[in-house]
Amino acid sequence: MLGRHSRLDAPDRELERFRFRVGLAGFAVFVAFALLAARLFHLQVVQHDYYSTRAEDNRISLVPIVPNRGVILDRQWTVLARNYSAFTLEITPSRVEDLEATIDGLSKVIEVLPKDRKRFRRLLEESKTFESLPIRTRLSEEEVARFAANRYLFPGVEVKARLFRHYPEGAVGAHAIGYISRINKRDLEIIEESEQTNNYKGTDHIGKSGLEQKYEFQLHGETGYEQVEIDAGGRAVRSLSRTPPVPGNNLSLTLDIRLQEIAEKAFGDRRGALVAIEPATGGILALVSTPTFDPNLFVDGIRSDDWDQLNNSPDKPLLNRALNGAYPPGSTFKPFMALAALEIGKRTPGQAISDPGVFNFGGHQFRDDKKGGHGLVDMHKSIVVSCDTYYYLLANDMGIDAIARFMGQIGFGQRTGVDIEGESPGVLPSPEWKKRRFRRPEQQKWFAGETISIGIGQGYNSYTPIQLAQATATIANNGIMYRPHLVKYITDSRTGEKTMIEPEPLRILPWKRQNIEVIKKAMVGVNISGTSARAFAGAGYTSAGKTGTSQVFSLKGAEYKESRVKKELRDHALFIAYAPAEAPTIALAVLVENGGFGAQAAAPIARMVFDYYLLGKLPKGAAREENVEGD
Amino acid sequence: MAEQLAQRAWVRLVKPIDGVLLLLTLALMAVGLTTVHSATADNSSRLLAQAMNMSVGLAVMWAVAQLPPQKLMRFAVPLYLAGVVLLILVFFVGIKVNGARRWLSLGFTRIQPSEILKIAVPLMLAWYFHKHEATLKARHYAVACLLLLVPFVLIAKQPDLGTAILVGAAGFYVIFLGGLPWKVIVGLLAAGAAAAPFAWTMLHDYQRKRILTLIDPSSDPLGAGYHIIQATIAIGSGGSFGKGWLEGTQTHLEFIPERHTDFIFAVYAEERGLLGNAVLLLLYLLLIGRGLMIAANASTLFARVLAGSITLSLFTYVFVNVGMVSGILPVVGVPLPYMSYGGTALVTLSVGVGILMSIQTHRMLVRQ
Repeated sequence: MLGRHSRLDAPDRELERFRFRVGLAGFAVFVAFALLAARLFHLQVVQHDYYSTRAEDNRISLVPIVPNRGVILDRQWTVLARNYSAFTLEITPSRVEDLEATIDGLSKVIEVLPKDRKRFRRLLEESKTFESLPIRTRLSEEEVARFAANRYLFPGVEVKARLFRHYPEGAVGAHAIGYISRINKRDLEIIEESEQTNNYKGTDHIGKSGLEQKYEFQLHGETGYEQVEIDAGGRAVRSLSRTPPVPGNNLSLTLDIRLQEIAEKAFGDRRGALVAIEPATGGILALVSTPTFDPNLFVDGIRSDDWDQLNNSPDKPLLNRALNGAYPPGSTFKPFMALAALEIGKRTPGQAISDPGVFNFGGHQFRDDKKGGHGLVDMHKSIVVSCDTYYYLLANDMGIDAIARFMGQIGFGQRTGVDIEGESPGVLPSPEWKKRRFRRPEQQKWFAGETISIGIGQGYNSYTPIQLAQATATIANNGIMYRPHLVKYITDSRTGEKTMIEPEPLRILPWKRQNIEVIKKAMVGVNISGTSARAFAGAGYTSAGKTGTSQVFSLKGAEYKESRVKKELRDHALFIAYAPAEAPTIALAVLVENGGFGAQAAAPIARMVFDYYLLGKLPKGAAREENVEGD
Repeated sequence: MAEQLAQRAWVRLVKPIDGVLLLLTLALMAVGLTTVHSATADNSSRLLAQAMNMSVGLAVMWAVAQLPPQKLMRFAVPLYLAGVVLLILVFFVGIKVNGARRWLSLGFTRIQPSEILKIAVPLMLAWYFHKHEATLKARHYAVACLLLLVPFVLIAKQPDLGTAILVGAAGFYVIFLGGLPWKVIVGLLAAGAAAAPFAWTMLHDYQRKRILTLIDPSSDPLGAGYHIIQATIAIGSGGSFGKGWLEGTQTHLEFIPERHTDFIFAVYAEERGLLGNAVLLLLYLLLIGRGLMIAANASTLFARVLAGSITLSLFTYVFVNVGMVSGILPVVGVPLPYMSYGGTALVTLSVGVGILMSIQTHRMLVRQ
């Protein structure tokens, strides 16, 4: 009985225990679900605002819209820099699994050269996460069509229309106009310093030299923005709102690109520089540095072989000789010396010396390059025949301090402030300069003998062609000095309003009118009967000039014979001039590196420039002048 | 006569079905299907495939419900043995995908044997306890633990921590409901806590990373933490009433990873909000409650512990999945019942619910 009872009891007790445990489990389930519910309440109610914002941030992306860069026009509205739209083939790396395979596949549809791959890889290293990068630029219509037909094979690859910079005149005026190229680290720092970081989101090119660099923030414009919905892969799904960009402002230059072209051609394959200035305003008409280069090479990443060629050429085509080349002015310095003598009162125009062809000073012989000398030489003659002895004496009489003071006023040895970055100051020699320049005390001392060669534009004298042009223009303009500049006015892209770069006199030099007239008359004489008479024979206008030849190295008394000296060691040929002599509209300085005599090499270039600018005459078969007396 | 025959056929077909379970199943399937549609808006073939999966699931559920528990018992040993043998095969000749050996190739298709163990383990243990019902002693619990440990270790070694935990949990529920003494349970818990540091060193790198990521998802925002961060953003941005069906930005802009499978709850929560979540959790709670009720009322030990284990396993699926997606549990690959896309899990689930129905509807027959 008892046993039966217990046998009945056991399953009951067991069932009871089971039901208790099921109940316990049920309770645990309830607690677990309450926990989940609490978590969901926390996320969806308590933290809802926070997560809503996060979801919006996920989904909405601000895409910058790059503004059209301003165009650059010359004084006749010829386009010097413009934009054009071209198709590029771009890859978004984050959407492509195997980049190499994709590029290999693409190369079967569209030509992809090794240089394109190289450039793409370089861009990839520098790029931001979701950016699309060009694998090919400037697709032809046919290539676009061919890709479109195979597009489904290449997810993450697309054809985009992008704006490219183009310089229609190519190499002409490249040193003045400059070029743009991809933004690098240093550019980023400049952008940051200028607080333009936001404005440059989406911009990948920036002005690197010339006006493109100087007027970067004018040309760039204001970046617009588009709010787009993006998916997790960074693809734009739809546009939500749009703030249009403001295009960059346009630059109108004082430069005359046809004049520029004629001047560049006049140099042929010779190295050199020419700066032509409108004396009454300081507006630069031509700014030549030869050899030049094609700025279009830089626009979508210069090819390394092009770069090597430009960079390693002994002719240094990237060097802007007009602003960064510093040369002794040679005899072109003489008119300024003469004017200084008149202003200081060290000479009168009629005061003459008897030139024996040599000047002895402190046991050293300073020779004139005409054997036996020029005879009786007054100031007028000293300029016309370029008599060295006259200026040896003059320099010695004036002393270095007076020379430096006077020359400093006309801008020698100082940056002119032209609107291109990186201008060199050159060297205006003086005892102070020597102290700054040299370390050792014995080198710091100024020797009186050093003053002598300063008088003929040699010695430590070292000026940029633009300084020489500015000084020439100042004489032509009777002492009213302007800052040379390239931009005439800036046109606001929105309003069309023109902001003129007002020609404001930099300095008005208190020169006596009769003193200036003496110099001007002598310079006219140079072109009529002097060293450059042949170059200007038969010109239909009056002009004033001065030739110069500056020594690259000293021959230590030996006679200079052009044919015997290596090309790199030959003298530089210089020429300064302005025309028409009675009311100058153009003043210039020409330099031909290792060109030999200024009258032979440099003066004919000035003649061609004047002929075109004043008469509209195009040069014919550019005949070189030969057999010129003296220099 | 014909009428009588038809009536008998009808009774034969419908009688084994539990109305409450069927209704809850259908409701959950409806919710699941609409969510899969939203999660796979880019690929409509998935919706159709999932509808097919659900139809197959319903058919399996009905078929299993026909089998009385006594017949189910006969499957216990062969199914368990077959499952373990297949797991051993996987260990040696399984297909390696993403560094894990989980699949077995049958030539025309692949199967994942660990899925079988989700049913086979509780079935086997329930059968074992039932067999030794009158004489349950400590050694029986030990044998039961061993029977559980073999497949658990094999699955954990694949490695497939998610499935291992689910199989382990299913087995543990049988042993627990079968009457494992409390002192052993407490002892095991203490031992487990003591062994935790050791277990940590046994985990794979990616598993450790997942646990660490749970503690601080922002430590790895583009790697392991990305899933959790994007899922919590989806849930949180859903708010009280959700963004609306097919309107979830996190979903449709593809910020939620695995959005039609393991992370489908984030899709649902984003579009339906807290209100929708409450409805969904309530449906699960009712389903679990019904299962526990069936267990409590079952007539044999086998039926009781089996029903209890199946129900609590279902709960485990839901808790682990929602806990993982909402960022309170580490990321383990556990699908959400009736919601996540995929046929295998649905079939396993349907077998389980079919067994519950069978236990419920055959209860009276056994008593009689």
